[in-house]
Amino acid sequence: MIRLTRRYRFSASHRLHSPRLSDEENRAIYGKCNNQHGHGHNYVLEVSVRGPVEPETGRAADIAALDSLVHREIISAFDHRNLNADVPDFADAVPTTENLVAAIERRLRRVWSTVFPGEWPELDRIRVQETRRNTIEARL
Amino acid sequence: MLITRRVEFSASHVCRLPGLSDEENRALYGEAANPHGHGHNYVVEVTLDGTPDPVTGIVFDLKKLKEVLNREIVEPMDHRFLNEEVPPFDRVVPTSENLAIEIWRRVQPRLEEAGARLHSVRVWESEDFCAEFQGESS
Repeated sequence: MIRLTRRYRFSASHRLHSPRLSDEENRAIYGKCNNQHGHGHNYVLEVSVRGPVEPETGRAADIAALDSLVHREIISAFDHRNLNADVPDFADAVPTTENLVAAIERRLRRVWSTVFPGEWPELDRIRVQETRRNTIEARL
Repeated sequence: MLITRRVEFSASHVCRLPGLSDEENRALYGEAANPHGHGHNYVVEVTLDGTPDPVTGIVFDLKKLKEVLNREIVEPMDHRFLNEEVPPFDRVVPTSENLAIEIWRRVQPRLEEAGARLHSVRVWESEDFCAEFQGESS
């Protein structure tokens, strides 16, 4: 088995604020990220897939197909957007990096079998770097 | 514990199957099918799995690891055309997947002789694409 990891980038703004918390609690929990007018990041997204190497071609997945899937489902929806205002996934969820990873997983899984109808490759890992200092990873 | 050493080499390659037409190769491998080849600055991360020695506090001598990686990876592959100069890529398409598997095959026996357990080989063809192999059993 081989794991292939592909890195993508998108830039977006967000504000971390939960309507279920008071203003004071929001400030205490989210700190600077609670700034009323929002702020932005250059996000780095890593998508990993896993599968056996096809003996003749030497490949474990069609990376061009993965690229077009990720561009269509994720990058075109998130890049240069305000996550709170422009992305329906965050209408009722705070756009933390944790929730971003979960939304990316849901979006990829929803159409995975239309792009990769066989048993392989399977979605293996999603990692999002919000900044160089913060990375959130879902092991699937 | 996992310990990782990184080495780099620069090489050219081309991804083509001799039985396919130019068009079919291009559909399969994209730009990588260009018949004259192209190059990458490959980054290889080799990870060992082990327990630190109670006296020395180390899992494995990094100098020894560096020697093995230089001998088995950098010397034969750096500034080479993989398809022409580095077997088995005269017969096997030098995709990142196959490169990760080949590097595993080259370094695993040398590391085992030296008492180390290889955990994974990651080959970064560019900053944005990596193939990782953890052995036949994984």
